[in-house]
Amino acid sequence: MKLVNSTLAALRAVRVNKLRSALTMLGIVLGVSSVTVMMAVGGGASQRIQIEVRNLGANTIVLNSGALKSRGVSKGQGSRPSVTLADAQAIENEVPAVVAASPQHNFAGMQLIYGNANWSTLVTGTTPEYLTIRNWAVSRGRAFDREDVVQGSKVVVLGRTVAEKLFGNQSPVGQEIRINRIPMTVIGELAAKGQSLAGLDTDDTAVIPISTAFNRVIGRNPANPRAISGVILKVRDGANMAAAFTEIRQVVRQRHGLLPAQEDDFHLINLTEVMRAKEDSARALGILLAAIASVSLLVGGIGIMNIMLVSVTERIREIGLRLAVGARRSDILGQFLVEATILSLIGGIAGVALGVAGAVAVERYANLGVVLNGQLSLVAMAFAAAVGIFFGFYPAWKASLLQPVEALRSD
Amino acid sequence: MPLVVVSDLTKTYLLGQTAVPALRGVTLAIDRGEFVAVMGSSGSGKSTLMNLLGCLDAPSSGSYHLAGQDVLRLSSNKLAAVRNTSIGFVFQQFNLLARATALENVELPMVYAGLGRRERRRRARNALAQVGLSDRGHHRPSQLSGGQQQRVAIARALVNQPLLLLADEPTGALDSVTSEEIMAFLVRLNEGGLTVIVVTHDAEVARYARRVIHFKDGRVVSDDLNQHIRAAA
Repeated sequence: MKLVNSTLAALRAVRVNKLRSALTMLGIVLGVSSVTVMMAVGGGASQRIQIEVRNLGANTIVLNSGALKSRGVSKGQGSRPSVTLADAQAIENEVPAVVAASPQHNFAGMQLIYGNANWSTLVTGTTPEYLTIRNWAVSRGRAFDREDVVQGSKVVVLGRTVAEKLFGNQSPVGQEIRINRIPMTVIGELAAKGQSLAGLDTDDTAVIPISTAFNRVIGRNPANPRAISGVILKVRDGANMAAAFTEIRQVVRQRHGLLPAQEDDFHLINLTEVMRAKEDSARALGILLAAIASVSLLVGGIGIMNIMLVSVTERIREIGLRLAVGARRSDILGQFLVEATILSLIGGIAGVALGVAGAVAVERYANLGVVLNGQLSLVAMAFAAAVGIFFGFYPAWKASLLQPVEALRSD
Repeated sequence: MPLVVVSDLTKTYLLGQTAVPALRGVTLAIDRGEFVAVMGSSGSGKSTLMNLLGCLDAPSSGSYHLAGQDVLRLSSNKLAAVRNTSIGFVFQQFNLLARATALENVELPMVYAGLGRRERRRRARNALAQVGLSDRGHHRPSQLSGGQQQRVAIARALVNQPLLLLADEPTGALDSVTSEEIMAFLVRLNEGGLTVIVVTHDAEVARYARRVIHFKDGRVVSDDLNQHIRAAA
């Protein structure tokens, strides 16, 4: 009953002193909302990286053809068609840590036609292992198999984007499309993977057997008829990635007959390492955001402290008067404790609401994925409330120790 | 048995390193139903005595019995109850809560007496009616004149039916006409049986009292019955 009374009285005080209440809550609102937004943005960044890692497949090493240097000018990766199908086979045979090697023969911007619809995309000729290594599921129909590769079957598996562009919401499975004027049967559709970190649409692709790519759709590289674009290699779980990397490099150098002084004529990329670097930078970003959030929470806390100290100090005369008309110390303490608690709670809830709104705005207008972290918002709220309650309570507690006349005399 | 008995009461303030004696041993007895004016120049110790009688401050030494109770030995909660129910205090500066209405100000002592909301409101209305402010219950102090504010303060002092009404320069912030109204009101209360002690430096105000005590340098220098009591207007 007494608590109900003090709560009602405190609510009334909060309502009557609107400006003072608003100023008191401001620090709490800003502190809590900034923590909520920052942690949501940081969480979103780390989630994107994790999805990317999952999309690429773990323990992956990529071998690409090297760059051709002409009078000191590099012509870019793949301009020197050095990697061959035989290299892929050799790596798989000679490096025990490699459990799968999937050769790729790519052509970017190849036109696919179905009826009136057409779409240009990246066509990848490869082996069935490709989808396994990349952790890529087939959502409709089936993937091609070893038999298709041996036979050079005219079959294709479409990425989600390509299927949508050509067939809309219809199932593409069983339909015939033309790739580079070659009629091909769609046997499957890949599950959607979404954007890669670089912002590219991973689903904008079509996958065909490598033999079909070589012999019909893409054709051979005129500079080296045996060359392919590259190989995706899957290293056994738990194997030493760095050791596997060195071993693969040695095998390829040996096969390419490179002398020790010569540079590699190929590119070997440890995707796991790239991902780890990205994860590290996401973690660094997260720590940075957490640091900024803690600073703003701290600043908010100082704001709460100041306004509470000031507003309660201003009210020492009021405390004196209340003591003079018969308030017990516990009445004064209860009143200020309830007031500070109510202000802190309202401020905290408003802060979380503002933070969630801010995070949604970031997601919508900055097009950044966010992940809300309710626990951290609660921690921020608890911190702000603790600061608010303590500094609302402490000066009232000190004032209640004064003789009423001393409190009445204060300015 | 007198209502108020103080003996050898002293109060010394510490200003930095210097001890400043405000009361240097005051012995007094005041009976129920008396109307006492305490006079003296500023710094004579009259307000200090008033604060001690109102339990708003603690003396440095001496004793104080109110209605037979040794108030200096009371716990802080018991002392709060004495301030709440036995004493009504009227200040020179009114000391109303600026953001509360007249009714809410009058209700304040009853909140701490633990009275229910409805009973508080009923009694506060009666008290305001008694001081002639029935129609000002929902006004804030800033919307009231000085005299009206002081009457609200008196209503607040009376609302728990105290044994003793203490008024420290109650007319100090008011013009002479309003002062007379306030004093007349205190006289009527006294005629109704309430013990009233008024601190003032104004001889006009003191003329309403039946007994006048003069203070100088923290001591009682005279304690006389007023031969020419001014009749309440």
